[in-house]
Amino acid sequence: MKQNGLIFAAVLVVLLGATVGVEVIRDHVYGQPRPAEAVLYVRSGEFLKRASLANASLFADVYWLRTIQYYGGTRRSKQSGKRYDLLYPLLDIVTALDPKFTIAYRFGAVFLAEKYPGGPGRPDLSIALLEKGIRADPLKWQYEHDLGFVYYWYLHDYRKAAESFRRGGDVPGAPWWMRSLAAVTYGKGGDRQTSRLLWLQLYQTADNEWLRNNAQLRLAQLDALDQIDRLEKMVAEWSRRTGAPPASWQTLVQAGWLNGEPLDPAGTPYVLDPRTGRVDVLPDSKLYPLPTEPGAWIPPPPS
Amino acid sequence: MKVVGSVALNVFKESVREKVLYNLVLFAVLLIGASYLIGQLTAGQDIKFIKDLGLSATAIFGLFIAVFIGIGLVWKEVERRSIYSLLAKPITRVDFILGKYAGLVLTLFVNLAVMTVALYAVLGAMALLGPSALVAALDAPPLDPRLLLAIGLIFVELALVTAIALFFSTFSSPILSAAFTFGLYIVGQFSADLKRFEQVVDSRAAAWLARALYYLLPNLAPFDIKALVVHGQPISAGYVLMTVCYGVVYIVFVLLAAALVFARRDFK
Repeated sequence: MKQNGLIFAAVLVVLLGATVGVEVIRDHVYGQPRPAEAVLYVRSGEFLKRASLANASLFADVYWLRTIQYYGGTRRSKQSGKRYDLLYPLLDIVTALDPKFTIAYRFGAVFLAEKYPGGPGRPDLSIALLEKGIRADPLKWQYEHDLGFVYYWYLHDYRKAAESFRRGGDVPGAPWWMRSLAAVTYGKGGDRQTSRLLWLQLYQTADNEWLRNNAQLRLAQLDALDQIDRLEKMVAEWSRRTGAPPASWQTLVQAGWLNGEPLDPAGTPYVLDPRTGRVDVLPDSKLYPLPTEPGAWIPPPPS
Repeated sequence: MKVVGSVALNVFKESVREKVLYNLVLFAVLLIGASYLIGQLTAGQDIKFIKDLGLSATAIFGLFIAVFIGIGLVWKEVERRSIYSLLAKPITRVDFILGKYAGLVLTLFVNLAVMTVALYAVLGAMALLGPSALVAALDAPPLDPRLLLAIGLIFVELALVTAIALFFSTFSSPILSAAFTFGLYIVGQFSADLKRFEQVVDSRAAAWLARALYYLLPNLAPFDIKALVVHGQPISAGYVLMTVCYGVVYIVFVLLAAALVFARRDFK
């Protein structure tokens, strides 16, 4: 009886091994199965909320997992013509299922607006999502901060950015610098100091690795822009003295103006255009491409 | 009272014999497995996810226990014909119903208590091992004592579902009882819609009927405060007290109805 049991167990193990073997051979001969296209069968968050039968919060978590996987998978994909069509519908469902899901609004604020290929480049959808968040939780100053940030960084609409910062500053419990931010943005428009402050705030308040890494990258890009300004000044000074831009960094190193080839904050050498004297990050650098900086406030002409 | 206790204890022992408590192992594996895997996927929302998963799993496991054991409580005794020997003893039919109910509620209580301990243990481990910056950014602390409020209301809700399952078990077959109980459970989640029916229909009679059904059918939606607790939102003691009060009154009503039906049943 015991022997029969052992034989039976051995047969089971052999059969299980055989299924693995067949699968390995099939994948080897016919290639790995292609992952299915991401499809969102149900797009109504309200329907899902009802179908969840008092488990909407858990459903929201599941859809949040899908959102992260979808965004991460698409962003890392090497395919040409990749699209982020489902990012907004997924975030819309998450926030319909759980209107207090703070990170979903904040994640959407940054990554929906992010320029292609890092995101779909849809600041309008970021704004729609954040406005939904403000309706759900008017006491969350962070949403107004992020809304102002989208207007400031992605749309360069400083008046609307300042209004959002001011509204956020009026929320009880909001930090004092929100009002200062509103005043500075309203007065000066965009400058690197304000950009740095905004990204730093996002970095410090983000309870999400994706957001924090993105903010860290932006801060490094702003540092790179500072360094590029200094390097271009140096190149301009060289041109003024010698009548032509330096042929390469080596020229400035040999002249003792630089200790070595200048590196960007990601550790990649800067590239110098000897014809124009312009400095930029290399396309190989993690910081490439550098962002279009918000410019100074230009008041509209009097009507 | 002693008789009710004896019947209840027997129901509990039978549940243990039928390996109902095995679901606790599944619950623990689910939570521990999820806490390990989810940290890699949720991008900083792992504690919220475990709270949601723990509370929902508690409610769902409890629902299945309440329904699938509740529907067989009386039916099984009739089917096995053990009801004859039981009722020949000095035990009234009301005692029998109350004992059966108390036994299953005790089983649910033990289940929920162990699940609660497991949930707190997993949350405690995650809070200890997780990055402190992420823990500090949460809406509510990982070991939030208010989780007990949510679990308490889940328990009262399950006790009500158990009473409903037992009620159907007194006169119907297990399949029909399960269908009726699940049906009422689902209706109970949407009964607020019945109250607002007049906004979607013009007929005053239909609106009146819907309003009457709203008050008659069990309203289970108010027992769900999981999302509020997970997000650290305020919940007034009065609301919790009123909801518990509603549950208790409804349970007494259903149990009395069950006892009445069972008392009138002819087993000859």
